[in-house]
Amino acid sequence: MFSFCADPKSLEGIAWFACYLTSGKHLYFYVSIGTVLLLLAITVPVALAFGFAGAMAARSHFAPLSILGRIYISAVRGVPDIIFFLFVPIALDQAFEWVRHKTKCPDWTEPIRRGADFVVCPQAKLPLSSSPQWVHETYGFFLAVLAFAIVFGAFSANVLYGAMQAIPKAQTETAEAYGMTRRQVFRRIVVPQMWVYALPGLSNLWMILVKATPLLFLLGIEDIVYWAKQLGGSKRSIESEYPHGDWRLAYFLVLLVFYLGMTKLSEGVFGRLYRRLSHGQATMAGEEQRRGRA
Amino acid sequence: MKKIALAIAALALTSGLAAAQTVRLGTEGAYPPYNFVNDKGEVDGFERELGDELCKRAGLTCEWVTNEWDSIIPNLTSGNYDAIIAGMSITPERDQVIDFTQDYYPPTASAYVGLSADANIKGTVAAQVSTIQAAYVPTTGATLAEYATPEETIAAVKSGEADVVLADYDYLAPIVAESGGELVFVGERVPLGGGVGMGFRESDKELKQKFDDGITAMKADGSLNALLAKWFPENPPKY
Amino acid sequence: MTCGETFAQYALRSIGIGEKLLPMADFTLCQQFVLIGSGLIWNLYFGILSLAAGFFLANALALAKATGSPWLRRPAEGFIFVFRGSPLFIQFFLAYFLFLAMKQANPVFAPLTMAWLGALITLTLNTAAYAAEIFYGALRAVPRGDIEAADAYGLSGWSRFRRVLWPTMMRLAWPAYTNEAIFLFHATTLVFFSGFAVLQQKGDALYYAAYFADKTFNPFVAYPIVALYFILLTLAVIGVFGAIGRRLNRHLPKTTRPRFRYGPQYFR
Repeated sequence: MFSFCADPKSLEGIAWFACYLTSGKHLYFYVSIGTVLLLLAITVPVALAFGFAGAMAARSHFAPLSILGRIYISAVRGVPDIIFFLFVPIALDQAFEWVRHKTKCPDWTEPIRRGADFVVCPQAKLPLSSSPQWVHETYGFFLAVLAFAIVFGAFSANVLYGAMQAIPKAQTETAEAYGMTRRQVFRRIVVPQMWVYALPGLSNLWMILVKATPLLFLLGIEDIVYWAKQLGGSKRSIESEYPHGDWRLAYFLVLLVFYLGMTKLSEGVFGRLYRRLSHGQATMAGEEQRRGRA
Repeated sequence: MKKIALAIAALALTSGLAAAQTVRLGTEGAYPPYNFVNDKGEVDGFERELGDELCKRAGLTCEWVTNEWDSIIPNLTSGNYDAIIAGMSITPERDQVIDFTQDYYPPTASAYVGLSADANIKGTVAAQVSTIQAAYVPTTGATLAEYATPEETIAAVKSGEADVVLADYDYLAPIVAESGGELVFVGERVPLGGGVGMGFRESDKELKQKFDDGITAMKADGSLNALLAKWFPENPPKY
Repeated sequence: MTCGETFAQYALRSIGIGEKLLPMADFTLCQQFVLIGSGLIWNLYFGILSLAAGFFLANALALAKATGSPWLRRPAEGFIFVFRGSPLFIQFFLAYFLFLAMKQANPVFAPLTMAWLGALITLTLNTAAYAAEIFYGALRAVPRGDIEAADAYGLSGWSRFRRVLWPTMMRLAWPAYTNEAIFLFHATTLVFFSGFAVLQQKGDALYYAAYFADKTFNPFVAYPIVALYFILLTLAVIGVFGAIGRRLNRHLPKTTRPRFRYGPQYFR
C-alpha cells in the first residue's frame, strides 16, 4: 500500500502497523464487512417475501396449502440455524443441478449418483466449471442468501401471520360491510396496516439475523469471521512478512465492537421507524402521539 | 439494472463456452507450509506451487478455492471443486469415497509436541477434528481434545489446555524450530497415513490421470524434490 | 450387532459410559440415531442448567434496570446490551480467552476452560440478558389496576412485589420467555463450535452428527437426524412451558388467557 512497506522486516512501531493493517489480506477483511452488509441487505427483502408467502399460505382456506405453510413455519424454526446451514445449501445446490440436468441433458444415460459422487452433465453444472471465479463466488453468495432467507423467512412468516391476525376485527368487518371482497380487504385494509403490528417482531428478527451472520463461514463465504481467524492466528516468517503471535483475541474484540455498533444503530433506526408507523394507528403508541399533539 | 444483469449473464455464458476447461482446486488455506493464505490474501505454500506447476504441465487453467476442512470431501463429491490438494493423507477410508493420485509427499510420521520432553503423551492430547491423528488418539488410551483448526491445537498446548499435540511431523517441525525452545518434540514418532496425495471424484478418472502423470514427471526430473527442499527446509523428504 | 446392543454401548457414550471407541467403519443408521441422541444429553444439560440459573439472574437484572438508581440501572443496561448486542458465537470465543487468562493467573479457575463449566456460564449470562429484557418489558406492562388494587389492600414494598407484581410480570412475559428457552436450546449446539474443545469424544448432538458426516462423507443422513431431534426437543419445550403457562394463568377466564405464539416476540 505505502511505498515504505517494501521491506516490512526493517519497520517498527507505527510504520509496521500501518503496513500490516493495509496488507492485501487486511483489505479483504475490510471488504468482507461490506460482504456481510450486502448479504443482509439482500436477505431482508427475500426473507420478507418468503415470510409473506408463508403467512399467506398458512392463512389460506385451501387446506393443503395451509398445512404446507404451517409445516414450513414450524419445522424450519424447530431446527437450530447452524444445523440447517450444514446440509441445506449443499442439498439446494444439488437440487438445482438435478433440475438443470433433467432439462438440458435428457439423453444422458449415466447415473447422477455414483457412490458418493453427484455428477451431472457439464452443461448442467452450476456454475459452469469454465466460469470465472467471481461467478462461482456470486453463486455461493446466492446460495447463502437463499439459505438465510429460508430460515428467516419462516420466522418472519410467523411474525407477519401474527400481525395479519392482529388487525382489529371491526375494521375488516366494516370493509366487508362496504362490499369489499376478501381479497380487497386483504389488499386495502390488512396489508397497509399490518406493518405497525409486525414491526416489533421484525426488528427483533433483524437483530437475530445480524447476529447469525458469523455462521456465514459455514456456507463457504469468506466473511469477517473467516478473515478474523485467518489474520488473528499466529504467523511464522514462512507464511507472512509480518510474523506475530496469536492475535485472535484482538480480532475478535474488533468483531465484538462491529456487532455492538450494528445493534446500537439498528435500535435507533427502528425506534424512529416505529414512531413513524404508529402515526394515526389504533394502538397505544398511536393514541399517545395523538394526545401529545392535541 | 435488469439489462446490465442480463448482459453480465450473457457474457458469462459466452465467455464460459469459449474459455478452456477450468479446474478448481480446493484447499484449506490454514495448514502452513502445505497451504495457507499469504499477506496478499492469496493461497500460497508448497501445494500452491505444486498445483500451479501440475496445471501448467497438463495445460489446464486452474483456480484456487478455500473450504473448511470438515466439509472438504462432501464439497468435492457434490462438485463444488474438482480436486482436493490440502495436505490430505491417503487413507483406506477416504480412498473408498474419493480417488487419490500417487503421493506427492512421502508417507510421513506424526509426532507429539509438548512444552517439555517428558510431557505425558497418555495425558490430554490435542488434535484437529476429523484428522487421522484424531482417529488414532483414542486407541492409545489417551484423552483426546479436539479443536477445529491446527492453529488451536498448538495454542492449546501453549496454554496448558493439553499436554501434547499430535500432528504431522512436517507441520510441527517449523513451529518447534521457531518457538525458541518453548515447544519440543515428545517421544517417538508415530507412522500414520500413507503419504499425501491429491483427491478427485471417483468418476473423474481422466482428470486424476493428468495430475498423476504430472506428479510422476515431477518426481522423475527432480522438480518435486526442489519444491520440497524449498518449503520444508528443516528436513526435506526426497523421492 | 443388533440395535439393542448398539444402544447399550453408545446411549450414554457422550458422558463417558459405555464403549470407549466410537464406531470406525460400517456405520449403521442405528448407531447414528443412538450416538447423536446420546449427544443430546449435553444439549439438555447446557439448556436446562443455564435456563434455571439464568432465570434468577434475569429477575435481578430486570429489577435493577427498572429501579431509579443509576448505580444499579446503568450496569444492568450495559450487561444486557453487550450480551444481546453481540453474537453468541463471538461471546463463546471471547469467554474462552478470558477463562484461559484467568486459569493462567490462578489454577483455581482451571475448570472454567472446560465446556461443562465455561460454556455453561457463558450461556447462563447470555440467556439472563435476553430474559432480563423480556421481564423488564413485562414489568413495565403490568396493568395499573393491579398496582392500585395492591395498594388498596395495603400491600407495599417486597410483599407487593412478590404477591402482585411478580406473578403478573411472569404471566405477561411467559410467551416470550418460552421463545427464549427454545432459542437457548438451539444455541447449545454452538458450544463446541468456537474455542471449547471436545474431550474424549464426549460431545453434543451436533458433534456426533459432524463425526458421522465426516466418516461417511455424507451430510444428508446425520444432519437431518440431529435436525429431527431438535424439532422433537422444541416440541417438548413448548409442551413443558405451555403447561407452566397454563398454571400461571389458571385463575383467568379461558378467553382472556394470553396465547403462546412461537416466534421472536415483541420485546425480546
